[in-house]
Amino acid sequence: MKLDSKIPEGKLEDKWRNYQVKSQLINPANKKKLNILVVGSGLSGAGAAATLAELGYDVKCFCYQDSARRAHSVAAQGGINAAKNYQHDGDSVYRMFYDTLKGGDFRSREANTYRLAELSAPLIDHYVQQGVPFAREYGGTLVNRSFGGVQVQRTFYARGQTGQQLLLAAYSQLYKMVRAKKVEMFPRSEMLDLVVIDGKAKGIIVRDLVTGELKRFAADAVVLATGGYSRVFRLSTLAIGCNGSALWKAHKKGALFGAPSFTQIHPTALPQSSEAQSKLTLMSESLRNDGRIWVPKMKADTRKANEIPEEERDYYLERRYPSFGNLAPRDIASRAAKERIDAGFGVGRLKNSVYLDFKHAIEKFGIETIEDRYGNLFKMYKKITGIDAYKEPMQISPAAHFSMGGLWVDYELMTTIPGLYAIGECNFSDHGANRLGANSLLQASVDGYFILPNTINNYLASEIKTTTITTNHPEFEKAEKETKANIQKVLAINGTKTVDHFHRELGKVMWQECAMSRNKAGLEKAISQIKTIRDQFWEDVKVTGDDKEMNTELEKALRLADFIELGILMCTDALEREESCGAHFREEFQTEEGEAVRKDKEFSYVSAWAYHQGDFKLHKEALEFEFVQPSVRSYK
Amino acid sequence: MKITFKIWRQESPKDKGAIKKYEVDGLTEDMSFLEALDHLNELLVLKNEKVIAFEYDCREGICGQCGVFINGRAHGPHDHITTCQLHMRSFKDGDTIVVEPWRASSFPIIKDLVVDRSAFDRIIEQGAFISSKTGTAPEANAIPVPKEISDRAMDAAACIGCGACVATCKNASAALFTAAKINHLNSLPQGKAEEHKRVAEMTYQMEKEGFGNCTFTGACEVECPESISIVNIAEMNARRIQTNIIG
Repeated sequence: MKLDSKIPEGKLEDKWRNYQVKSQLINPANKKKLNILVVGSGLSGAGAAATLAELGYDVKCFCYQDSARRAHSVAAQGGINAAKNYQHDGDSVYRMFYDTLKGGDFRSREANTYRLAELSAPLIDHYVQQGVPFAREYGGTLVNRSFGGVQVQRTFYARGQTGQQLLLAAYSQLYKMVRAKKVEMFPRSEMLDLVVIDGKAKGIIVRDLVTGELKRFAADAVVLATGGYSRVFRLSTLAIGCNGSALWKAHKKGALFGAPSFTQIHPTALPQSSEAQSKLTLMSESLRNDGRIWVPKMKADTRKANEIPEEERDYYLERRYPSFGNLAPRDIASRAAKERIDAGFGVGRLKNSVYLDFKHAIEKFGIETIEDRYGNLFKMYKKITGIDAYKEPMQISPAAHFSMGGLWVDYELMTTIPGLYAIGECNFSDHGANRLGANSLLQASVDGYFILPNTINNYLASEIKTTTITTNHPEFEKAEKETKANIQKVLAINGTKTVDHFHRELGKVMWQECAMSRNKAGLEKAISQIKTIRDQFWEDVKVTGDDKEMNTELEKALRLADFIELGILMCTDALEREESCGAHFREEFQTEEGEAVRKDKEFSYVSAWAYHQGDFKLHKEALEFEFVQPSVRSYK
Repeated sequence: MKITFKIWRQESPKDKGAIKKYEVDGLTEDMSFLEALDHLNELLVLKNEKVIAFEYDCREGICGQCGVFINGRAHGPHDHITTCQLHMRSFKDGDTIVVEPWRASSFPIIKDLVVDRSAFDRIIEQGAFISSKTGTAPEANAIPVPKEISDRAMDAAACIGCGACVATCKNASAALFTAAKINHLNSLPQGKAEEHKRVAEMTYQMEKEGFGNCTFTGACEVECPESISIVNIAEMNARRIQTNIIG
């Protein structure tokens, strides 16, 4: 299969403009006749649904939560990047592009990454206009701070609740269009299958999570904006309901899956405290701006943090990466923490964490400044742990976070199924093998607000001439029947183990073998273990209740069945990539000092997997670096 | 830890609900309250019973989806937290804990502990936005917003829409929720143009949804996970009067 990324011609800075000049337009009278389904209502989904509706399309938007305002974008804390150079510290679109490309370890496309940086500045203008209360100077201008992986201050923030504020802005724009009757909103609705007719995406099958009823929706295009799939690890920073089912169903219907194994492990989550734990809470990375990370120099030190004198503390990030220090990118900071924990220097009750200390920052800036910058995070930390981090250091630990992988999309954000788009975290593009802090809100937003509403016209311009498909089409019949059969199959097993039991099993294998570091033997073992979990799940899971009611166990079971299959693909992808890059650290490929060794000659491509009867076939999109010469990433 | 849960069970909106008792062993102090309910649900599945429906998503105190009455208080025994931030260390071994859904007729029960809060979305729909299309924004620093004003907007904007304010109010009033959103947008220069229309339409919808009136007892502020101040309600009311006079 030839993967056509549709990169426009011209210099980097001209590509997006060249694309827009050449793409087709649709007259406003015709837009009314075109229907678009948007699955997901987070930053990318709500932004896309609102903007497409403003443009005149007829839009339906779906989310599994009770309201669009709960989408997981709400939980992002730290900020959003934009190349505005307000701080006069030498920032520019090109520098931001370069930082992002380098941060992703040269495993993303130049053109997409440049566009991300280019659209960042107008995005801030857009959010300010929508009423996002970004932090301000006394004179009224916007403030910035710095974030992991960069040396300039380009991150805009609204206390530690940036994601919440951006999401609420997108949600309010969405409801503005609901009121205008241009968007119909379907909360408590989960997409369970994609309907493909004559090779094009033409609709979806949705389960009403209150009544259990299966519903059919036909449209001229389908947009997936379903977020990340890191709940495959069970313990992750993601909301409990985040799932990969819509992506997985699309993948099984022919959409290629790009770079599935690239999962970001976030360095600043709260550590796991017991087996019963359902999730890991993220503490914003912005804390690393002022907090210093350390462990005791002595192994298995039993003293309390405040009793350990300065000279007996190992500020290992500052020691190993003097120029970036505590602001080293996430993959590096996470791996460095794991290295110290594995070597026996971990702290906390389970010895699975490191300290994040504000003592020096409080001494330097005063408690009020620190409170102003991170007050709500300190409050949250106290609520969860009972510890006052103004008085003693926080304990943090790495946790599964963002999925850089996702459905393969071209420059237009279209998957390999014509008419099916994937935007935001659920596509693979822009970040490469590692996402820099404060770039996820950015990507989700520009995909939804700025890019998709431009690129979708190019496809729909020809669709307007085709006959409208109704939900009576045999393909809808077939998809609904299969979905129903799958639900009945799960309910009929009536085994002896709970869904959560199997999810814990899957999570342990994935965390052990396919997280911060991977090796051949481990990945091979993981694939066979997950296949066993899959077989046991289908023989022995027990789901009570029935399908014609609100049944949260059934919802979990259906999502887990897809996660299990996705887990196999993730391990397969990690096994195939015999190099270390970004979040993907293959133990076989490292320097003597333990730094990652990338192999550009052999692996400078995006892996794109096709589903074939339970197996996967690899296709490659070669990455060509026309404007930047890939270099070894060094943060020393 | 061993806990006796007394939990409201109700099959559907039409059914009559009742409190059911569950003795649960094997809980630990580190578990969040929702993890304790997860644990109970796993036990129920193994006993071939239907699980208790309850709501949650982010489990980080920000999505606003979790929320139940615990021993007669919204989100449990502490001030200013969400249910997911409540931990079992707040209870003693052997305690009995009564768990009920949010109480308000504008939040009808869907099942067990799950209620329908779509009335909030309908209030938002009536003007909790700034009408400007994507792509029409001026340069961000072209409109300065003094820090004090931006901070005040942020204080109000922090509302997570959980509904604890309504559930805890003896009048089931949505005044704190509505006022927070109105004040967030009205205090910023970008939101000024539509301020009177916003106040009129959002408060009209609030009443239409059947929420009660505010009598300033302040319970909402105590239970609000984001400590949103009832001063917002006073400001909303003042603007309502202004709006009525101006028309």
